[in-house]
Amino acid sequence: MYKKIFLLLIPVFAIGIYYSGCSDNKALDTGDAAKKVYVAPGTHDEFYLFTSGGFSGQVGVYGLPSGRMFKQISVFSQNPETGYGYSEETKAMLNTSYGQLPWDDAHHPSLSQTDGMQDGKYLFINANNTPRIARIDLKDFETTEIIEIPNSGGNHGSPFCTQNTEYVVASTRFSVPTDKKDVPINSYKENFKGTISFIKVDDKSGKMSLAFQILAPGFNYDLSRSGKGPSGDWSFFTCYNTEQANTLLEINASKNDKDFIAAVNWKLAEKYVAEGKAINFPGEYVRNYREEGTRIAKTEKFKTVKMLNPKDCPGLIYYLPVPKSPHGCDVDPSGEYIVAGGKLAAIIPVHSFSKMLKAIENKEFDGEIDGIPVLKYNSILAGEVQNPGLGPLHTEFDGNGFGYTTSFISSEVVKWKIGTWEVVDRIPVYYSVGHLVIPGGGSKKPDGKYLVALNKITKDRYLPTGPALTQSAQLIDISGDKMKILLDFPTIGEPHYAQAIKAELLTKNQLKIYALEQNTHPQATKSEKDARVERKGNEVHVYMSSTRSHFAPDNIEGVKIGDKVFFHVTNLEQDWDTPHGFTVKGSTNGELLLMPGETQTLLWEPKQIGIYPFYCTDFCSALHQEMQGYIRVSSPGANVKLTSSLGE
Amino acid sequence: MLKKNKILVLIASLLLVLVYFFPIWQISLEAPQYPEGLGLYIWVDKITGENPNDLRTLNGLNHYIGMKEINPESIPELKIIPYVIAFFMISGLGIAYKGNEKWIIAWILLFVIAGFIGIYDFYQWEYDYGHNLNPNAPIKVPGANYQPPLLGSKQLLNIKAISSPYIGSIIIFASIILVWFAQFSESKRNK
Repeated sequence: MYKKIFLLLIPVFAIGIYYSGCSDNKALDTGDAAKKVYVAPGTHDEFYLFTSGGFSGQVGVYGLPSGRMFKQISVFSQNPETGYGYSEETKAMLNTSYGQLPWDDAHHPSLSQTDGMQDGKYLFINANNTPRIARIDLKDFETTEIIEIPNSGGNHGSPFCTQNTEYVVASTRFSVPTDKKDVPINSYKENFKGTISFIKVDDKSGKMSLAFQILAPGFNYDLSRSGKGPSGDWSFFTCYNTEQANTLLEINASKNDKDFIAAVNWKLAEKYVAEGKAINFPGEYVRNYREEGTRIAKTEKFKTVKMLNPKDCPGLIYYLPVPKSPHGCDVDPSGEYIVAGGKLAAIIPVHSFSKMLKAIENKEFDGEIDGIPVLKYNSILAGEVQNPGLGPLHTEFDGNGFGYTTSFISSEVVKWKIGTWEVVDRIPVYYSVGHLVIPGGGSKKPDGKYLVALNKITKDRYLPTGPALTQSAQLIDISGDKMKILLDFPTIGEPHYAQAIKAELLTKNQLKIYALEQNTHPQATKSEKDARVERKGNEVHVYMSSTRSHFAPDNIEGVKIGDKVFFHVTNLEQDWDTPHGFTVKGSTNGELLLMPGETQTLLWEPKQIGIYPFYCTDFCSALHQEMQGYIRVSSPGANVKLTSSLGE
Repeated sequence: MLKKNKILVLIASLLLVLVYFFPIWQISLEAPQYPEGLGLYIWVDKITGENPNDLRTLNGLNHYIGMKEINPESIPELKIIPYVIAFFMISGLGIAYKGNEKWIIAWILLFVIAGFIGIYDFYQWEYDYGHNLNPNAPIKVPGANYQPPLLGSKQLLNIKAISSPYIGSIIIFASIILVWFAQFSESKRNK
């Protein structure tokens, strides 16, 4: 009897030892990791890392290997820190066909490419909630343009640019009835559609325009990757909920054994559009664009899109079967292999692009859905990675013949070999990793030095900060045979995905100031002698300049209750790193943060009489504390003339 | 004059064309907040920054100590010097064409005198900028002046100013040396 109990206890102890061993692994014990991530004061990181801000709606900019944060780029959310979405010049950036929105959910950054290589020109990122794509200019790290995607509900599989940035793509995560129709929710199968959109990026200006949409079956489109090299004319999109459930998706969308990757031949789509196969389809959307000279955001409205129906376009889309509920959809550096991550899969399927073309030629189909042929799984399969961990999500490549896949449920990164498909190494990450990124990861030549795991949960990894804990990235050294964790660092919002790029590709083009002579803002005050106040009915326009260390004018009288006061402030500095701020007491629009040479406008509607101080909010100089002024607000009937002065 | 000496004078005169394309003097400023450098170039006809907006930046900084704004438009010398250089170029060409030893000596002497006048004038401007300060300036250090050095370096509050001749001056110097060499060779031949 005792013997039996003793025997029973052995495995308990064994498990105990195993677990204590595991928890020890969580702390890094190698001394050289510190040296590898140490970027000495005054020296620069080797790579930029751009992380999606998730539910912050913004983009975080970090350095690798140090993990130091440099900037938060305002994209889809108002940012009181910079005045983005509050100043008159930037409000229109957040316009949509649903009005001006203060927030969105930013998921997948995508760096522009030329010939399948990162070119350092733009960073694109999608808004998931109210479907949009933003373009960030990497000369000044500012959002320049945002285009809305109509006929879509939840722009998740986006923007994943093509190999020459001909297009960025969008695909709907939540299929919806097109063009805002009022139908019963349970008429899903009949009325709900998924759209896949191709947004043209102008070769020179970078301007985005919605080239065409494809009316696809009402599935959930999840992630995407455009092909390169031989597969350069194609884009790939994972889709789930092929059951077309409209309620309790966690059960109802997990029934089919296989879901799909939709392979879209966009070169052919271009041809069909040119042949006039696309119909003018209703779809309201806007495009917001910040002009270069004025830096004023303007909104253009559109009412229709060019829509292709796969039924009329043979060869436009093929479905590649993958294990159910796929997530990541990734193409290896050669452009030959297409990898699907399956949240519920026990293997990672790797499809072959050349086999796909052959199967299409030989019509090796397994039926079709709404006119879209489904290819036979075994005809296109290159191989399966066995035992990749639980919940493989997303794969990137090191350019040295290996793929790296995150496994969400088992919280690990798994390294496997292209061709033999065998797992060669695995490393635990903390915890619940979503995407990962390798510098140059989506390109033809990744830089296989580092890998960054983007984790959803941090629990005990940092000092606790109440119930809301930080999100986290983990830097892993992949230069050797064995992966090594080097560093944990916190990130803003949820880093769904990230992009990393050699720093020198961006540093050489950096803008230091906005040139005053190129400032074409109609209300710019380019010299102190032009500073003035003007009344137009109940609007008071203050033409103000700021320089170290005063505003011109700094005394203003004659404003009345009921007036709308527009402070058009121009930063006259032309020196690197000399921003000025501006705000006035009681401002409902926050502050302005003005870069050298820039003009921005703060709208202020005083509701009470009195003297209101205004001041510079960015510590600009030794006499920053003196950089202030007063504006006098009188009752509507008061006899106070509108005047402004400086030094009188 | 020997042909080779005429050619020397010809080269020396033509060399002066380059003076219009390079600054003649440089004042570099070193300060902790300006790792990218800050400074001025003085040309025969203008004053520019080492970086595109340095003059503007410098004027912005100088207002704290009450220094007058450096406005190239208000410096008449910048309108005269190009003609002075042109004079030496054309007269040099004349000497190369049909010159004698006396003319060469006169040319050298005149040029050297012009150079010294230029340097003295430059000193006067520096003195004026450094001493003639606005009494209402925010920063006042009793007894301090902010005259930049004529040659070499000097610490002015947080800024180290370094002043030195630049390519244009070296070209002028080279031109004079060439002509002097021609004169030397000519005088030896005449002995």
